[in-house]
Formats: sequence, structure tokens, C-alpha cells
Amino acid sequence: MIEVKNLRKSFGKVKAVNGVSFTARDGEITGLLGPNGAGKTTTLRMLYSLLPPDEGEIRIDGLDPTRDAMEIKRTLGVVPDSRGLYSRLTARENISYYGELHGMSKNAIRERIENLTKTLDMGDFIERRTEGFSQGQRVKVAIARAMVHTPQTVLMDEPSNGLDVMSTRALRHYIRDLRAQGHSVVLSTHIMQEVAALCDRIVIIAKGEVAADGTAEELLERSGCTSLEDAFVKLIGSEEGLLA
Amino acid sequence: MNGLLTVFKKEVRENIRDRRALFNSLLLGPLLFPLLFVGMMWFLDSAERERAEKTLELPVIGAEYAPSLIRFLEQQGTEILPEPEDPEGMVLSQEVPVVLRILPEFPEQWAKGLPAPVEVISDPSRQESNAPIRRVKRLLLGYGQQIGSLRLQLRGVSPQLASPIMIKDVDLSTPKSRAILAVIFLPYVLMITAFTGATHLAMDTTAGEKERKSLEPLLINPVPRWQIMTGKMVTTMVFAMASLALTLVSFRIVLPYMPVGAFGMDLTLGLETLLMILLVISPVAILAAALLTLLASFAKSYREAQSYMGLVILIPMIPSLIFMANPIKAETWMMNIPLFSQNLLIGEILRDEAVPLAWYALSISSTLLIGLLLAALAANLYNRPKLIFSTS
Repeated sequence: MIEVKNLRKSFGKVKAVNGVSFTARDGEITGLLGPNGAGKTTTLRMLYSLLPPDEGEIRIDGLDPTRDAMEIKRTLGVVPDSRGLYSRLTARENISYYGELHGMSKNAIRERIENLTKTLDMGDFIERRTEGFSQGQRVKVAIARAMVHTPQTVLMDEPSNGLDVMSTRALRHYIRDLRAQGHSVVLSTHIMQEVAALCDRIVIIAKGEVAADGTAEELLERSGCTSLEDAFVKLIGSEEGLLA
Repeated sequence: MNGLLTVFKKEVRENIRDRRALFNSLLLGPLLFPLLFVGMMWFLDSAERERAEKTLELPVIGAEYAPSLIRFLEQQGTEILPEPEDPEGMVLSQEVPVVLRILPEFPEQWAKGLPAPVEVISDPSRQESNAPIRRVKRLLLGYGQQIGSLRLQLRGVSPQLASPIMIKDVDLSTPKSRAILAVIFLPYVLMITAFTGATHLAMDTTAGEKERKSLEPLLINPVPRWQIMTGKMVTTMVFAMASLALTLVSFRIVLPYMPVGAFGMDLTLGLETLLMILLVISPVAILAAALLTLLASFAKSYREAQSYMGLVILIPMIPSLIFMANPIKAETWMMNIPLFSQNLLIGEILRDEAVPLAWYALSISSTLLIGLLLAALAANLYNRPKLIFSTS
């Protein structure tokens, strides 16, 4: 479970995040929806303790990323915006590197990779060097290495970026599985359909602030619109960044 | 510390699979420099010998004024060429290195027993004409001395009166201390190797990782950033060290093929000497790895990092360049200066001099200290978020 209160972060004069609050519960998928440059990535980076917030409070299962950075990193699985793999290592070596960095034993890593290879359908390329992997294969490896230590809370930044239809379907299926297992999943996206198809709760972020927060039905109701897309436009007050 | 070890193992595995890393660290320096060295020595040696052994061809103007001098030159194996039309022009256009002109007043002065004038026309700024110029002058001087002695004897004076001083050489240099070239060149090559061996890895593990967008996910792992950075630096040091060791081994293999007398000595690198040199130079590998990692961490991409490296590679050359221009005597305080002290120490080791233990201790500890300071700076660099996200 993640609780965020009044989070703020500026870079020079730019207020990237300007008072963001939301809650992401276990067994739910929470979507941070907003146009490009709304502050989603910055918010996530503060959650996984790579950026210190200027103001505000974050609690992830009761832990504070500014104080318990190492503890937080152990409980988090993160698929960040940059998902570079090591091209001279195989998919298995890439994943197992992260397992070792988490201090897992060799046996535990091997078992876990067996497991992830099945769920993410990576059997065809697990022993291949990642040089020349397709976008879909890369995302799968990036997810697998983020999940190698079986984290309770999962953060994903634009997970379906650059994926084809089949890979996106597989990804959504996997995220729903995580929810069913009781994980708390937070994903950021600028794609309407993604939120509509996946998320239990939607946090609409625009210009560094939360424009609206609730389930899909609640957002429709509040905006008086019939489609989520209209509701989104109405709530953030512009069409900017929607068509990306 | 487990994190550090994990990072180290992964970087070694990854870079051993990288042809560019292997080429830069383990092949380029160790192979190129010794071969270059031997090639250069052979070239110098053979060029020098050729010039010394070749018959001296000497165009002479006014040969008719001094027939006995000409006869002397011919007896000494000089081939006298006929009078050229434009002697100065020929020398300037490098057709001949040197022309001898006997002036018309020569016979008159000669007869009076006064110094008779000859001109040696040459361009000493041309390296390759130095040997023939020297030979011509030596011949002229020899002839002059011979005639001088004869004249004195004719007047009933012992020629010994004309040489009041007799110079005897008492040469205290050991064969090894004459190895000036090796003493300058080997430290120079080793300094550069310490840096070139570290360059690719320092850039690839920092700027390269940032460019490939794998730095951010890496830092989300529960390992302190200093451990991640140190793991990377240790890899870079190990590669730099391997590069140095291979270069030394390769020198040892190549040295027997050096032209005899290239150093005025036979320089062999015994195992003990090799290990001693490696010990002295290791702190430089650590210093180089730390410095290069520190700099490369600021770069956004491998390419940007490369543009810094061009300048950094000048650093290890500085001490050698200073020594070439102005050889100085080693003193204790100099042992505190990194690169400088290793240069001096390796020179002393090659010359087989007894070096005070304190010098080794000073050199190693001062360089190590600075290297570790830089490493500490580099290790904490990624605590600044700005440097992590500075891509694109």
C-alpha cells in the first residue's frame, strides 16, 4: 500500500510535481493518467527513492523512501521509464544480476527465473544475449528483472510504450495476475484505453497536480460525461498531450 | 560488500565479452607499444649504421689547390666527386649532405706555414647529414694534426709540446645506466598504458551505462550507490593492471630481438625486475581508474566521455616529456608526486641503482592516497540525481 500526501518537487523554476496526493491499495491497480510532462515520471522516481521530494510525505507499507531507502527498494519492483538491458549478457544473466543485487541465493534465483519464464512466456529467448531483442522481449526481461525478488508493490512507468497488440495483451494479463495475487500495482500512462482496460482507481495528473481521483464510474459521474476520454479532457481542462 | 562483488563480477563478465574492451585494454597497449619500440630501434640502428659504413662521397671545389690533402682523403677511403656547379644549391636541395671548398689562397697560406682555409658547406639542421659532416671534419682535423706534427719535427721540436694535456676517460657508468632510451621510453609507455587500459572501461561502465539507459534501473536495487560505483572502478583497475602486466611481459619477450647495442647495453627484464616495476606502477592504475571514472560519470554518453579522454591522456605524458627535455636527479621530495615518482623509480630500477625503501613507500602511498581520494569522490557522484537522469 502506498500513501502519498502533498508531494512537491521543483527543478529550478519548473514545478514538476506540485502537490500530488493519492493512495494505492493492495490488490488494486492504480493508474496515474496524464499528458506527457504532467509529472508522472517524477512522482514515480520519488516513490522509488531516486529523487528526494522537496515537500510532502510518502509511505510505502509504512516506510518512508527518504529515510528507509534500502528497505523500500527491497519491497519495490520497478519498471522505470529507462529499461536498458545489458546487450552482452543473456536475458537470464540480466535477470539473475538483479537477483544477486537483491542478495538472493543462486537456487532461489534459478527457481524464480523458471517461474517468470513461464508466466511471461520467455522460453524462446531466455538463454539468448539481449542484443537485437524486440521491444516486446525487452519489456518482458525488464519486468522479469524488476519482479525477481517477488516485491509486494509494483511500479511501472508507461509499461506498454512501444509494444504491439499481442505484447500489450500479454502485459495486461500479467498485471491482472499480480492484482489477483494481492500486489499493489501503480502504473503511469498517457493512454486512455490502458486505464480503462486495467485500472481500479484512476489518478488524473495534469501540470503537476491531481486533477481528479477515483474509479472510472466516479470520474464519469463527476464530469457528467459518457466516455472516459471526454471525462479526461474535461477534468484536465485541455486536450494537450492526449493524442500522443 | 556483496553488492560490490556482484557488480564487479558482472562487469568483468560483460567486458570480457566485449571486443572493444579487450582490444583497447588487453591488446592495443601490450602489443602496439613494444612492437613500435623495437621497430623504432631497428630503424634508427640500421639508418645510423648505413650512414657510418657507406663510402663517403665528397664533392670538392678547388681540388687543384691542395693535391696532397686530396690524396690523404682518397687514402682514407673517400670518393672525391668533381666540382659541382652550384654547391650551396646542392646542399640545400639535399642532393649531397656536404661539399668541401678549398679556397684559392690555400697554396699561398700553406707555403707560408699559416692556417690554410677550407670551407665545409653543409646544413647541420638536417639530422641525416650529421654523420657525413662529422666524418669530413674528423678527416680534415686528422690531416691537420699529421701535418702539424711533421712541421714541428722538421724544426726540431717535439710534437708532444703541442699537446700539453692528455685526456683519459674513466667511465663509471654501468652498462645499464647508459640505457637512456629505455629509461625514458619504458616509463612513458607504462604510464600511457595505465591510462589507455582504464579508459574504455571507465567510460563504458558509467557514461555507457547511462547512454544505454540501464543506470536508472540499476540504482533502484537495494545496494548503496558507492558499492555499485566501487564495483565498477575495481573492474576498471583490474583491466588497467592486466594491461600493464601484459605490456611488461610483452616487452620482456620482445627485448631479445632488439638490435645489439641499441642501448649500449643488454637490457633484460628479469622476473624480479618485472614484479618490482609492476608494484611501483600499480597505484597509477588505481589513480587512472578513479580519475577516468570520475570524469566519465559527468558525461551523458560514451561519445561525450571520449571527447574528455583526449585531453586526459596527455596527463601521463607530462612527466616523460619533462624528463626528455631536462633530465633531473631523483630526490626524496619528488616521490610525493604521482606519475613523476613512478617515472623516476622505474628509471632507477632499470639502471640497477639501489633505491631507498622509503622512496618506494612514499611513491606508492602518495599516489594511492590521491587515487583513493578521487575514487571516494567518484563513488559518491551518483548520489546527485542530476547525474543519473542527464540522458537525452
